[in-house]
Amino acid sequence: MKLLIRGGRVIDPENNIDGILDVLIENNKIKAIGRDIPVNGLRDIINAEGKIVSPGFIDIHVHLRDPGYEYKEDIITGSKSAAAGGFTTICCMPNTDPVIHDGVVAKYVLNRSREVGLVDILPIGSITRNLEGEELSEMAELAEAGCVAFSDDGNPVMRSDVMRHALDYVRMLNLPIFSHCEDLNLSRNGLVHEGYYSTLYGLQGIPAQAEDVMVARDVGLATLTGARLHVCHISTIGSLQIIKEAKTAGAHVTCEVTPHHLTLTGEIVGDYDPDTKVNPPLRTEAHVKALVDALNKGIIDCIATDHAPHNIECKDCEYSEASTGISGLETAVPVIMDKLVNVGLLSITDMIRLFTVGPCRVLGIDPVRLSPGYTADITIIDPNEVRRVNPATFYSKGKNTPFKGMELRGWPWMTIKGGRIIAREGHLVQSMSLGSQ
Amino acid sequence: MGLFKRKDLLGLRNVEKEEIKTLLETAVPMRDIITRAIKKVPALKGKAIVNVFYENSTRTSTSFELAGKYLSADTINLSVSRSSVQKGESLKDTIKTIEMMGADILVMRHPSSGAPHYVARNTSARVINAGDGINEHPTQALLDMYSILRHKGTLEGLKIAIVGDILHSRVARSNIFGLSKFGCELRVIGPSTLIPSNIEKLGVKVYSNLESGLRDVDIINVLRIQKERQQGVLFPSVDEYQELYMVTPRHLDLAADDAIVLHPGPMNRGIEISTELAESPRCLVNEQVTNGVAVRMAILYLMLGGGKDEITY
Repeated sequence: MKLLIRGGRVIDPENNIDGILDVLIENNKIKAIGRDIPVNGLRDIINAEGKIVSPGFIDIHVHLRDPGYEYKEDIITGSKSAAAGGFTTICCMPNTDPVIHDGVVAKYVLNRSREVGLVDILPIGSITRNLEGEELSEMAELAEAGCVAFSDDGNPVMRSDVMRHALDYVRMLNLPIFSHCEDLNLSRNGLVHEGYYSTLYGLQGIPAQAEDVMVARDVGLATLTGARLHVCHISTIGSLQIIKEAKTAGAHVTCEVTPHHLTLTGEIVGDYDPDTKVNPPLRTEAHVKALVDALNKGIIDCIATDHAPHNIECKDCEYSEASTGISGLETAVPVIMDKLVNVGLLSITDMIRLFTVGPCRVLGIDPVRLSPGYTADITIIDPNEVRRVNPATFYSKGKNTPFKGMELRGWPWMTIKGGRIIAREGHLVQSMSLGSQ
Repeated sequence: MGLFKRKDLLGLRNVEKEEIKTLLETAVPMRDIITRAIKKVPALKGKAIVNVFYENSTRTSTSFELAGKYLSADTINLSVSRSSVQKGESLKDTIKTIEMMGADILVMRHPSSGAPHYVARNTSARVINAGDGINEHPTQALLDMYSILRHKGTLEGLKIAIVGDILHSRVARSNIFGLSKFGCELRVIGPSTLIPSNIEKLGVKVYSNLESGLRDVDIINVLRIQKERQQGVLFPSVDEYQELYMVTPRHLDLAADDAIVLHPGPMNRGIEISTELAESPRCLVNEQVTNGVAVRMAILYLMLGGGKDEITY
């Protein structure tokens, strides 16, 4: 079984490739990459002229809600959403019910994702039992079961001693801690970023420093322990400064940023639409500019969606009562393409690096690339496709997005997983049974 | 559709100066009705107004109820207790139920900022915000403006100080939004823990010293201090608050000669306002209550009523 992707602009950051090239896939692997690969005898040829061909995109921060909250998302719909959004690998957060705090739950997620068989799903185990921030989870068992990192995402580990011991413990497993940095004492009752717009709209604010002080604490603890720390969804100038300094000093610190924190500000909260409610909150123009600048300077390692799907009841209510989070898998690529790449704020090569090599570096795994012998995970983007964001058409159960109704240019055109086309032009390519969904 | 062109009154942030002027002008004949022997005109006969209050309030809900009754509307009060919320009915469903019973106007108070905006998007009834979280309380600001107008003859260019917990005050916010449209010099005075971030950008001056903030002002609007806010963190004690921020007759001497004092009520005498000042003729706290009914009659009338003649015969 062979598949030829012809004439696309191939960008492979790890191999320093950027050119009009063909990619030949045989079975589930890359067979060859080069100019004018002969087509004789090939039945499956994809004309990728005008498209951008990249190694498969990776999203290291996804909430799949399964097990326990399948009314928000499950492993089937989450997998489909990832595939349609251009991702071939995702990492899922442990704030499920039960929490991914032991090997049994981790194995369930892995087994279920293999049954679904669309994208690779790498589970993240919890740092503490039940995300309570008190006792460590059985992290060696979680690692053995296949967890690639540890996080209490959504719940910051408030006790500094617990965080210190967690970092010390994971050092021997050589896996990173993904920290949700938020000082709950500073953010208490807060709904939006504290500043002009919280005052204008009469909503309780969360100061940027609620994030900064915890980033500073965790960076300090990472330095103390020598462990690998990854800071989730950074959103502030202060966090960037601390992380930049830590990297310069040689600490094992990485960080991610979400598409919404790169492109939206708290100004859009003015109609009290709960789809704009997210944690950390949407900040200001100055923070957004600093984040984009840091992307270009290499201070930020990767873009991750923090895909947080919610059922409609959790978002169709009063602002203060609404759940936080944005359904992000199916808008990440077009948002970054339209708001950053197409307007010259980020190069296409850097964008691809931030969705491919960057996440691998955070995880400490062999970077994805289009070299012969590597698994044929490929994301193809149509930089000229213009479409309006319509949450009703999302594969995700979460229709909660502040990008709804926006017309965006530059969408995923094809997702290839292990040599198999799994999505095309935003639609799943159904070649296997996926159960009841 | 009445004379008030927008569907809802959710706050003064997005309301135009001309709309405010119309409201305040309409309140004048309304106040006249309240002082008559027979306080009733048929202007809103056959209209239904429902007060939906998710927070305790006797003052505002009674004021709206009487305002509707003086105009012959059918008004009822619905206090939604915490327990019925806990039974699980969503705000959207509660509102829809009331709408389907035929309510023309929903007057709503809710502890969540933006809740009336959410409700307004989900009902064809017209919505009046009677206080949402720490956001806005537009009819309180309108009655404050009306009271000022009655005594000063104009709003333009006045110096106005608002004293107290600005951070949590929807009254302060609506006053700032409303009065800034009339070119007033606005000052907020309070402990620095209770001043919201970036409030200067709303065009107000910030003072933490009561004396300097009150110098030469025409109006002092004293806010009720919510003792439960204190908790030893936002300010050290009620005693210290009273020491620093209680407004007394002595402070009137610092203000302009004919300065007046407003208070949205209910007052904590001896905490944010001294009894001597509360009972002085310069303090309009009681008159504000009457003006509140008049202003609420005006908004109800402009939302639901017909021509001007219906109230002037």
